[in-house]
Amino acid sequence: MSKKEKMTEIETKDYLDVRHEDIEPTFSDDVLVGCHNLHKYFPIHGGLFGAKIADVRAVDGISFEIKKGETHSLVGESGAGKTTAAKTLIRLYDSTGGNIYFRRQKTGLFEDVTKIKGEDLRSLRKEVQIVFQDPSGSLNPRIPVGDIIEEPMIVHGIKSKNERKDRVVEMMKIVGLRPEYLKRYQHEFSGGQRQRIGIARALVLNPELVVCDEAVSALDVSIQSQIINLLQRLQEKFSLTYLFIAHDLAVVRHMSDTIGVMYLGKLVESAPNAVLFNNPAHPYTQALLNAVPVPDPEIEHNKKIIMGDIPSPINPPSGCRFRTRCPKVMDICKVEEPKMKEIEPRHMAACHLL
Amino acid sequence: MSLLEVKNLHTYFHTMDGVTKSVEGVSFSVEKGSTLGLVGESGCGKSVTSLSVMQLVACPPGEIHEGEIFFDGEDLLKKTPEEMRKIRGNDISMIFQEPMTSLNPVFTVGFQVSEVLINHRNMTEEQAKERVISLFKDVGIPDPVRRFDNYPHQMSGGMRQRVMIAMGLACKPKLLIADEPTTALDVTIQAQVLQLMREIKEKTNTAIILITHNLAVVAEMADFIAVMYFGRIVEYTDVKELYKNPKHPYTHGLLNSIPRVDKPKTDVPLPAIPGVVPNPYKSPKGCKFHPRCKFAQEKCRQEEPPYILLPGTKGHFCRCWYPVKN
Repeated sequence: MSKKEKMTEIETKDYLDVRHEDIEPTFSDDVLVGCHNLHKYFPIHGGLFGAKIADVRAVDGISFEIKKGETHSLVGESGAGKTTAAKTLIRLYDSTGGNIYFRRQKTGLFEDVTKIKGEDLRSLRKEVQIVFQDPSGSLNPRIPVGDIIEEPMIVHGIKSKNERKDRVVEMMKIVGLRPEYLKRYQHEFSGGQRQRIGIARALVLNPELVVCDEAVSALDVSIQSQIINLLQRLQEKFSLTYLFIAHDLAVVRHMSDTIGVMYLGKLVESAPNAVLFNNPAHPYTQALLNAVPVPDPEIEHNKKIIMGDIPSPINPPSGCRFRTRCPKVMDICKVEEPKMKEIEPRHMAACHLL
Repeated sequence: MSLLEVKNLHTYFHTMDGVTKSVEGVSFSVEKGSTLGLVGESGCGKSVTSLSVMQLVACPPGEIHEGEIFFDGEDLLKKTPEEMRKIRGNDISMIFQEPMTSLNPVFTVGFQVSEVLINHRNMTEEQAKERVISLFKDVGIPDPVRRFDNYPHQMSGGMRQRVMIAMGLACKPKLLIADEPTTALDVTIQAQVLQLMREIKEKTNTAIILITHNLAVVAEMADFIAVMYFGRIVEYTDVKELYKNPKHPYTHGLLNSIPRVDKPKTDVPLPAIPGVVPNPYKSPKGCKFHPRCKFAQEKCRQEEPPYILLPGTKGHFCRCWYPVKN
C-alpha cells in the first residue's frame, strides 16, 4: 500500500463515527455496567510533520455487560486489549467509538456515560475503582499507608478529618491489616499486605464496580489464595461487581460468573463460567484452555498447541483475526470477519464454523 | 552414580542487617536424563540453590558456607574459577526467567549464541554460525537465517526465550538449569516452550532442574519434585507420589489452596495457608513452617524436624514431625 493510499484510509476512518449506531442496545434491569461496540485506537505519529500514520487498534468493537454483584472476567494473551478495554470502560481512556452505560449510584438510573465530563465524571470516579497488578508500583512509597487509603476521601471531599481516620481504620480491619500499621510505609509490608492496601484504597469510597487488573498475578502461591478469598468475601459483604482481568485461567475459573475471551482487540467468545470451560466453541478459546497446565501428573499431555505469536494490532490480519494461528482455518476466514452469534442462550462466539 | 549430587549445602548472605541463611542444609541428586522440579515461593532459596551449583553467587555478600556439590563425580566447590568457567555453559547451562534482561541488547542474538561455541568448542565464526542456525531451527525459531542477525528487542518474548534455550543447549550440556523459564510468558507460548523442553529432553537425554513456583507446570514436566520452604527442602519424592500423597503440611496446604482449572467453580473459599513466609532475619524456633501450620504441636515449636526418608516408602523424604496422613 502506498503512503497516499494509507493516508486516505486513515482519513476515512476518522470520519467513521461508530458512536451512535442505529441499534440501541438493550440491557436488563440487573445490569450495572455495559458497553456497546466499544473502540479504542491509539494513534501512531511519525514522518516529518508528525502526522498520524497508523492506529493501534487496541480495542476494536466489543460489547458486553456485567450484572450487579457478579464477576465478569476478560481473558486472553498479553496484547489482546484486556486492560485497555477495562480502562476505556471506566473512562480512564476516552473511547474512540461506541457507548458505555452505567447504573449510577445516586439516581439508580442507567445512563450513557460515554461523554460525561466535569463534576459528573468526578462522581463516576467514586463509583468505579481499580486494583492494579503490581502493588508496590501503584502505592506511593513516600506517604504512610494510612494516608494512601485516606487520599481518595480527601480528593472527593468526603467527611471531616476524624471521620476519615475512623474510616481508614475500619477499612484496614476489613481487608485484614492491623490498624496499628497505618503510619508505616509500603516497603515495610509484604506483597500480599501491599495488595490488601491497594484493595482498601479501592474500596474506601464504596464503589459499585471494581476493576481487578491482574490483581493476584504477581503474588506468591500461598498468598494468592488469601487475596482471592478476600476479594470474594468483600464482594459478598458489599455486593461489589468485579471486572476481573487475568491471564491465569485457573483463577478465572474460580472467580468468575461470566467470561469474555479477547483476541487482538476483539471479543471472540463470551459465556457463563461453566459453559465456557465445559463447552468452549471458538478455536482460540479451545487452544487457550488446552494450553493451561493442570496440577495433576496423572493427566496425559497430548496437547494440540497453537503455534506462533499474537499478530500486531497495528495491522491485524484481514477477515478473522485468529486465522493466522487457527488450526481449523478455511478460505472464508481470510475474506470475511465473523460476527458474534448466539450459539446457545448467553453463549456468544464469533467464528465461521459455528 | 548420579549426575549431580548436592550434599548439605549452606549458602549465606552477609548483609548490613545480619546474616541471611538463604539455603540451609539442602541435599538432593539429579540422575542423567531426568527432570527435577524445585518448587517454592519467592525467597525460599530455590534460585540461590541453583546459583550455588553454578557458583554464580556473588561473593561477597554471598558465601557457600558448607556443603559439597558433586557433578559427574567431581566436587564443583573444589574447582578453580578457571575450571568452573569451562564447565559453565558447556556441561551445565542455565536459562533465566527474563530473556530480555539476560540477553545483551547491543549484540545480535546470533552472535551471542555463537560466542558460547567459539569459547567452549573452539569453532570458527563460520562454523559457529552454521551450528547456531541449525540450533535455532531445532528450537523452533522460524526463518533462522534472518533471525540470526536480529537484536533481542526485535523478537517477541517467546522467541527470546527460544534463543536462551538455544544458547543453553549449544554445547549439548549434561545438565540444564531452567529458572522460571515460562513465568513471563503467555499460556499459549508457555505451552510451546514446555513442549520444546520435553522434546529436547527426549532427544538429547539432558537432565533438567526446573525451578518454578507453578505447581501445574512442574506436574507436567518433572519426574521428581523437591519442595522448598525457608531455605530447606521440606519434601522430596517422585511427581505422582507428591500430588497423590503429599506428606508435608506445606505441600499439602499448597496443593489444596491453588485454584484449579480442571475443577468447576464452587462458592467455598479456597483453603488458604494463613500468614506469610517468615522474615529471613527472624528465623522461627523449631520447625520453620510451624507458625503457619494447622497441625503444629508443641514439639514443632521447640525442635526442628530432621529431613528423613519416610518409613515404608521408596524415596519419599519429608521434614516434619507429624507427616500428614492421607
